[in-house]
Amino acid sequence: MKTVTNAAGRAVITELNGERSIPFKGVGKHKPGGGKYGPPIPSCSDYPPDGNKVVKNLREALEKAGLRDGMTISTHHHFRNGDMLANQVFDLAHEMGVKNLRWFPSASFPCHEHLIRYLEDGTIQRIEGSMNGPLGRFVSEGGMAGTGVLRSHGGRYQAVQDGEVHIDIAVIGAPAADEFGNANGLSGDSACGLLGFALADSQYADQVIVVTDHPVRFPCIPWQIQGNYVDYVVHVEKLGDPSLIISGTTRITRSPDRLLLAELTARFCQSAGIIRDGFSFQSGAGGTSLAVGEYFKKIMKEQGIRARFARGGSNKYLVSMLEEGLVDYILDGQTFDLDGVRSMAENPGHVWTSPFTSYNYHGKGNFANLVDVVILGATEVDLEFNANVVTHSDGYLLHGIGGWQNCLFSRTVILPVPLFRDRVPVIKEEVTTLCGPGELIDVIVTERGIAINPRRTDLIERTKHSGLPIKTIRELKAEADRICGIPDPPELEERVVAAIKWVDGTVIDVVRQVHR
Amino acid sequence: MDKIATAGNRGEKVRSDCFVNLRLKESGGIRVQLKSKVDSMFGKAIRRQAGEVLEALGVEHATVELEDSGALLFVIGARIESAVRKLLTTGDSWLPPLIEQNRYETERDRFRHSRLYLPGNTPGMMLNAGIHRPDGIILDLEDSVAPDRKTEARILVRNALRQVDFYGAERMVRINQLPAGLDDLDEIIPQQVHLILIPKCEHGSEVKQVEERIGSILHDHTLERQVYLMPIIESCLGVEHAFEIAGSSGLVVAMAIGLEDYTADLGVKRTPSGEESLYARSRLVNACKAAGIQPIDSVFSDVADMEGLKENVSRSKAMGFEGMGCIHPRQVPVIHEGFMPGEAEIKRAEKIIEAFNDAARRGVGVVALGSKMIDPPVVKRAQKTMEMAYNFGLRQQPEA
Repeated sequence: MKTVTNAAGRAVITELNGERSIPFKGVGKHKPGGGKYGPPIPSCSDYPPDGNKVVKNLREALEKAGLRDGMTISTHHHFRNGDMLANQVFDLAHEMGVKNLRWFPSASFPCHEHLIRYLEDGTIQRIEGSMNGPLGRFVSEGGMAGTGVLRSHGGRYQAVQDGEVHIDIAVIGAPAADEFGNANGLSGDSACGLLGFALADSQYADQVIVVTDHPVRFPCIPWQIQGNYVDYVVHVEKLGDPSLIISGTTRITRSPDRLLLAELTARFCQSAGIIRDGFSFQSGAGGTSLAVGEYFKKIMKEQGIRARFARGGSNKYLVSMLEEGLVDYILDGQTFDLDGVRSMAENPGHVWTSPFTSYNYHGKGNFANLVDVVILGATEVDLEFNANVVTHSDGYLLHGIGGWQNCLFSRTVILPVPLFRDRVPVIKEEVTTLCGPGELIDVIVTERGIAINPRRTDLIERTKHSGLPIKTIRELKAEADRICGIPDPPELEERVVAAIKWVDGTVIDVVRQVHR
Repeated sequence: MDKIATAGNRGEKVRSDCFVNLRLKESGGIRVQLKSKVDSMFGKAIRRQAGEVLEALGVEHATVELEDSGALLFVIGARIESAVRKLLTTGDSWLPPLIEQNRYETERDRFRHSRLYLPGNTPGMMLNAGIHRPDGIILDLEDSVAPDRKTEARILVRNALRQVDFYGAERMVRINQLPAGLDDLDEIIPQQVHLILIPKCEHGSEVKQVEERIGSILHDHTLERQVYLMPIIESCLGVEHAFEIAGSSGLVVAMAIGLEDYTADLGVKRTPSGEESLYARSRLVNACKAAGIQPIDSVFSDVADMEGLKENVSRSKAMGFEGMGCIHPRQVPVIHEGFMPGEAEIKRAEKIIEAFNDAARRGVGVVALGSKMIDPPVVKRAQKTMEMAYNFGLRQQPEA
């Protein structure tokens, strides 16, 4: 396999699944020319005049959509670990004897472990999307025929728009849909909030199937997915397991160490002057991130500060800030609990967004750039502030990229991470897999000290007298190594099992097969 | 016949520990079987260490099965040594290096507002204890350790004292009730421990026994250090002997009350408002102040109730207590905030000290603030307040 060294110093492949791939050139360097990909022109005269696109079942829809060998099928992760749709799609493909499919999910979850049998029997040739948990393990050990491709949420939109990925059939699970194909995620048993991850697929796929377990009469309002893009509508008994789609309660971590990490992160933002009237922030739905939000809230209340907007996944804590007037708007990318769904349905300040508005590289700007501070996670960080979110230090691919790469473009990027997990240090000489270049990562907060990227002289200056435990990243690494010892590097094979794309579609790194 | 022993914890929720199943053999050398979630990163290091520990303890033929949940070096060493010691009477130990960060000493009068209890046989809770910045940490060998785990806890605590950085906290160990507690001292005292808590203390003679044993251990190891003592009063008899206990040794720097056992002894239920223990607590505070040591209040056991803790701290402070035990790291900041002097209190202390210094400069014997005379004890209290203000970072300490 031919490799070259890309601009980030990583040895990457130049051919990916039989097509040429472009090595990473540097942040903001790659700008493809020409036109965007255009789907075939439909004519409304080909569609039922009464607007009723409902077909008998999913198998009939797949047959009518012309499912055959070698096609690309997309699904979406709005139902998270409660999704029952993707597994059904490939059960049917298997039944129909179709082979060699490319699965193009917006993300996969442990519930998709079921699909390993189809990777083994050739129904699915490869996955282009996150490979979480069991799927990641399977791929890492060399079980998948093709090479996996991991993209950020924004990168997925980019890949569709510049024609890198041509979706033959998009299967969109919709908590509510009418017979014309208008759909949203706001009601029904499978309510999940918004359907933003399916937006590109609805617009660019050759064939679009909307599947719902909660049919409503036309018009389905609001139409987060527009029926004018939809070919077929299918009614099923159940799209997913509601208890796993939305956690009834998102919960702040109770771990004292993580709470301390969150508190240090919030204090850092306060000392650096980031938390000020009219600011904006994005924080995830993990236990530590939620806690950071709560500390922000406390500081904002004490100081009478109001944020202009919060971006990212919504949850009851963020909703309470909206309802208490501490933020003007939630620009929601993914709804994590029932309070989020309720708020989105009833509060005009709670707005649904998509990877197009928030993350897309081929947009004329995107929202991620406008966020003052974003709080993200990482599995590893290195001395150059490079970070990894997809593999563990043992080389196993276990997580997706999500919106992580896209969020690095916010004004200040902070990664609160423990200095070590069990015996495994988080700060490495060099990350196992590079997902985000250090030039975009500003602050590493650990429970034993905070390291500021030397490029951010402004932050260094502003927090100099804060009393916070500011250290160099080398000091932090030395402390972790003293406590844990230095781990042996993973034993890897030559074979590349997955490529990591940067937000512009270039290859920033690859994941190699783990030696067993 | 092979001899078998186990040590350490395993199970789904266990982290940072290493369960050891040791089988001593007549022949065949050392065989190590490892099951570890960090095998690919630390497998070689763990196997090598297992060999070194066994060699140091004089074991030549054995099968060791290790179930590792990400344990650090000092834990793995302690677990293997514990298993060996259950089967062999060996005078040898395998000691992990004493880290430079742990070579600090303590002071008699340092603040002891918060001291965090850490179960002595749970390594996962020790590693990050210091980052929560308690004034002291207590590695507990007594109530938090099951009776059949006392030996392994003792070895684990010994190793933790050498290897875990507690970031400047005073390093305390709670030994078992005497006489068993005296044997704990043999392992603990040589390891740079600062203070020993003596539980369920009822007589000054118990303090004396601990003092003597410590003295002889230090002598045997040719160590010249001070190890301070904090008796814990947990019974009606102990309360009645409070002053005698407080003054029983020059090494006693503080005395604590343990209300769970005390109320049980009294035959009543412990209430949040604590009327039932008012006498005991008052008596303890008074005895301590009379003996010139710090009175320390009992722990607050509802870790979820931060408001309740806050009220409890303010009551303690008002009664004259100078510190409290913590059983959860998140209690530390609440307790510190409770004992922290208020802004008005600090300002008043600053004025008093200024007036005192002014009088001293002018050679005047009588100190006055406005129209009020200020007695020496008031000045002393003001100085204490300022010391606390510096300690909590509320004021910058003036250059000496």
